[in-house]
Amino acid sequence: MPVIHITNRAGAESTLEAESGISVMENLRDNDYEIDAICGGSCACATCHVYVDEAWAAKLPAQDDDEKGLVEDEPTCKPNSRLSCQIEMTDALDGLKLTIAPEA
Amino acid sequence: MSEHIVIVGAGHAGGTLATQLARAGDRFRITLIGAEAWPPYERPPLSKQLLMGEVPTEKVFLRPESFYADKGVDLRLGTEVVSIDRAGKTVTLAGGESLAYDRLALCTGTAIREIPVAGRDLPGVHYIRTIDDTLAIREKATPGARVVIAGGGYIGLEAAAALRKLGCDVTVIEMMDRVMARAVAEPVSRFYEAAHRAEGVRILLETGVAEIGGNGRAEHVTDSHGQVHPADIVLVGIGVVPVVALAADAGLAVDDGIVVDARARTSDPDIFAAGDCTRHPNALLGQTVRLESVQNAVDQARCISNELTDKGADYAEVPWFWSDQYDLKMQMAGLPAPDDQVVMRGNPDSRSFSVFYLRDGKVSGVNAINVGADYVRGRKWIGEGRTVDAARLADTEIPIKEV
Ligand SMILES: Cc1cc2nc3c(=O)[nH]c(=O)nc-3n(C[C@H](O)[C@H](O)[C@H](O)COP(=O)(O)OP(=O)(O)OC[C@H]3O[C@@H](n4cnc5c(N)ncnc54)[C@H](O)[C@@H]3O)c2cc1C
Ligand code: FES
Repeated sequence: MPVIHITNRAGAESTLEAESGISVMENLRDNDYEIDAICGGSCACATCHVYVDEAWAAKLPAQDDDEKGLVEDEPTCKPNSRLSCQIEMTDALDGLKLTIAPEA
Repeated sequence: MSEHIVIVGAGHAGGTLATQLARAGDRFRITLIGAEAWPPYERPPLSKQLLMGEVPTEKVFLRPESFYADKGVDLRLGTEVVSIDRAGKTVTLAGGESLAYDRLALCTGTAIREIPVAGRDLPGVHYIRTIDDTLAIREKATPGARVVIAGGGYIGLEAAAALRKLGCDVTVIEMMDRVMARAVAEPVSRFYEAAHRAEGVRILLETGVAEIGGNGRAEHVTDSHGQVHPADIVLVGIGVVPVVALAADAGLAVDDGIVVDARARTSDPDIFAAGDCTRHPNALLGQTVRLESVQNAVDQARCISNELTDKGADYAEVPWFWSDQYDLKMQMAGLPAPDDQVVMRGNPDSRSFSVFYLRDGKVSGVNAINVGADYVRGRKWIGEGRTVDAARLADTEIPIKEV
């Protein structure tokens, strides 16, 4: 099982044994990392916002215009911001490091 | 001792509230009671991905079923609450069992509006409100199956798109002179009407359903012009009504929805309500509304959980909503009124454009079709009460951020 290293909103670090084939958002949501993911992954809400560790940024699938438009407008957006519902978890992402963005 | 919170209705609002309250640890003991057999789930995929068979059923659950027990939430499925005793602070379940509560949250949602015509009880007449409804339709939606859909609102049209994708023959019967008339401005209606026709959907406007007929099951629909449409599946999507009987019987204030204040409190201080079933004030909109959306279900659930954890704040959120049909992803925000000024931005022929609504120069709504950036900007402007120049807004040479 691939793992994801997560820093939660309170700043605590933990490692999640993730499931491949579903999104990073679903992995976070189903394990109660305080992600609301209101729209269920339809790229419509930005409540699955995370910061991806720089080292991983380039290894992720590229951002499409929809995701870009939505996340760029979050007041908490940073250059390494991603919407976790738009990233499918795969074995290749074993060791992915991310931080849950604060609630907007 | 922990405060016992009883939540009636394990839908989007109820499930969200339980999840939020569980984060407060021992402070609350939570019982979540749902009439359906399924754990809390998302309804939007019912007329989209689940109907098309693109996702397994578990994928629409808000959380895995085991989540609730893991978090100490007592989830009681297939269980209906039949009455509330406010003086004794108990609820009675269908089996006769009674449960004491410290605080009660009503998240009972809506129920489908039945079509008031002869033949409505025939087998083969379907609605889409639950997972079971969607699975039953999908079972029969084989290529070539003839589907007659009563109602050209967003659910009827999403179903039409999904069923076309499955190879069904689809007819939509709509009473008004355009589709989605309640939700969007005319240019958007016309665009969707054309898009559906291009996909091979028959759309009949200014037409009602007069009768559903058949021998022991629904086999045809007669429309208000007397035309008969053979049908293997009749699908009705003519709206919903709030589920308020429990609240009304208990003497709580009800007015097309359970009446709550800005903190989601009913007329009884120990009883809250959230989601589709509520009529609530929204300071941002300056009016009282009843909304049917995931956004409202989640934000009101959060409003209750904040109130119960001493972080209470008045409800003031921009309403937003989305609809997926074919490759068209529409995102909507605000609550435009029929007489608001309509400003087109972009060309519908490109299948990527938006419509903004202005009231006294201020942005009151946006419908963005395949342009996320316009939606995001519009939603923000609505929240800020911003005034924009209609001519600049219509000019796509000016980037949306600079309008
Ligand atoms: C097909 C479809 C597509 C949709 N698409 C979208 C979309 O794209 N975007 C969007 O924002 N919204 C969409 N919606 C609307 C959205 O799903 C609702 O607004 C949302 O589910 C409301 O949540 P709720 O918790 O208020 O009610 P519900 O989710 O309806 O939950 C209420 C629950 O309470 C239960 N209940 C009622 N009375 C009792 C009782 N006495 N005892 C026990 N249980 C009880 C019911 O069985 C039900 O399970 C769609 C809805 C449907 C049906
Ligand atoms: S879950 Fe809504 S945008 Fe990711």
